[in-house]
Amino acid sequence: MAEVHAEMVANVWKVVVKEGDTVEDGDTLVILESMKMEIPVLAEDSGVVAQLKVAEGDVIQEGDLIAVIE
Amino acid sequence: MLTATLGTLGPVLIANRGEIARRIIRTVRRLGLRAVAVYSEADADLPFVTEADEAVPLGLANPAQSYLDVDKVLAAARQTGARAVHPGYGFLAENAAFARAVTEAGLVWIGPSPEAIERMGDKINARNLMEAAGVPVAAGTREPATDLQRAVAAAAEIGYPVMVKTAGGGGGIGMSVAHDEKGLEKAFEQASRAAARFAGAATAGGEGDVLAGPAILLERYIERARHVEVQILGLPDGRVVALGERDCSVQRRHQKVVEESPSPGVTPELRERMLAAAVRAGEAVGYLGAGTVECLVDADKQDFVFLEMNTRLQVEHPVTELVTGLDLVELQLRVAAGENPEVCHEPRGHAIEFRVYAEDPKRFFPGPGKITVWREPADARVDSGYVEGNTVTPFYDPLMAKLCVYGDSRAQAIERARDAVAGFAVEGPKNNLPFCAELLDNAEFVSGDYDTGLVGRMRA
Repeated sequence: MAEVHAEMVANVWKVVVKEGDTVEDGDTLVILESMKMEIPVLAEDSGVVAQLKVAEGDVIQEGDLIAVIE
Repeated sequence: MLTATLGTLGPVLIANRGEIARRIIRTVRRLGLRAVAVYSEADADLPFVTEADEAVPLGLANPAQSYLDVDKVLAAARQTGARAVHPGYGFLAENAAFARAVTEAGLVWIGPSPEAIERMGDKINARNLMEAAGVPVAAGTREPATDLQRAVAAAAEIGYPVMVKTAGGGGGIGMSVAHDEKGLEKAFEQASRAAARFAGAATAGGEGDVLAGPAILLERYIERARHVEVQILGLPDGRVVALGERDCSVQRRHQKVVEESPSPGVTPELRERMLAAAVRAGEAVGYLGAGTVECLVDADKQDFVFLEMNTRLQVEHPVTELVTGLDLVELQLRVAAGENPEVCHEPRGHAIEFRVYAEDPKRFFPGPGKITVWREPADARVDSGYVEGNTVTPFYDPLMAKLCVYGDSRAQAIERARDAVAGFAVEGPKNNLPFCAELLDNAEFVSGDYDTGLVGRMRA
């Protein structure tokens, strides 16, 4: 199981995957937007998206849980 | 000095935020005019709000609901009796419809005509126009590439590598280099996404907008190029004056980090040709006020091509001010008031500007946060948007301050820059001052013989 956390304060611009999706290492899970920059959040492991904790438009803080990959 | 004509401008509403709003307010007030600030709820505590003579809240942090909302900005002008609008850079600065709305509301627009903004705002149109005016341009698309198939065909004709960008974009957003067809696919997708976002932002939400295909521009990519731009000033009597160049080759993600003037990669002979071309560019569109003609310079061949024109005050205008002794905001105001100021400028010495961004110094990812320590160095010009205790929010660009130094020579400017960077203390948000220090010890930068690939090589 791998938890994916936010590295910075950001706005969730796009959610690319949904719970239950199978992802490969390096796949984009969500795209954040902070300070006019798009920041893709990538899966660091292959597996299934067990939990997705953010929705488009959410403002997330550094350290917040974005997703759990199992 | 407040002349009778200049007096007709006040109060001046500044339709911007952060360091540039503060910098414009400084000159407006020095000239004896009243300054009106507008601000979003996220910016209520920033110094530009308190330093203005009057400040009007616009709304929510989201730019579409504040700084990009034309009706709200115009209402603020009416409410405060403002007689002129200075747009700064970014937000509505290059929005021709806004410039037109300001004029139609009976206010003075501090910038070029809406027609000049329009003609230069579309990069493809601007490129064609410049070519016709005898300004050299890079091989590239003369028509927008609206789908991938057309982009692939255009790239085959131009030859790889190609630079892919949106025709209407700015600030390096959505720009990338493609070395082959596979790379082009990715670059095209990225630029299309950026184009869609620009369209959304420009229409205050973008809901219900039907987007035609994105207008994407392809150009031959010059591998070891310097990014050098010429500051111009168009006067009401029709003259266009070139005020020297700035070298902006220190870039990350195609966005400038450090700028200097004069450019260490431009010979006097090339400078003369570039300045003359920039004047022709300005004359071709009947340019009024301050503008910047951006070029790519092939330092080995000592040749250049037109890149784009920015129809507004540039972020890095302080380096020009430091070597010419001019106040570009004052000149903008005088020109907008109908004056033809005598512009004496014998550039002297060397100036360097460092953009102090709220981002980590390794990967350059944004790092907003509350500023717990903010101590500016002595003996340097610091144009900052924040003071200690402010919070840098994720809603706007990461520029916290511009640290500018001057020296009699480039070597002396670099020496002073080392002291200034070391003497600048920022805690709270992430910041790129460690990168600035690293750059000042980088042999390539110190030699002056560098190009736009420098930061990439430092992080390879």
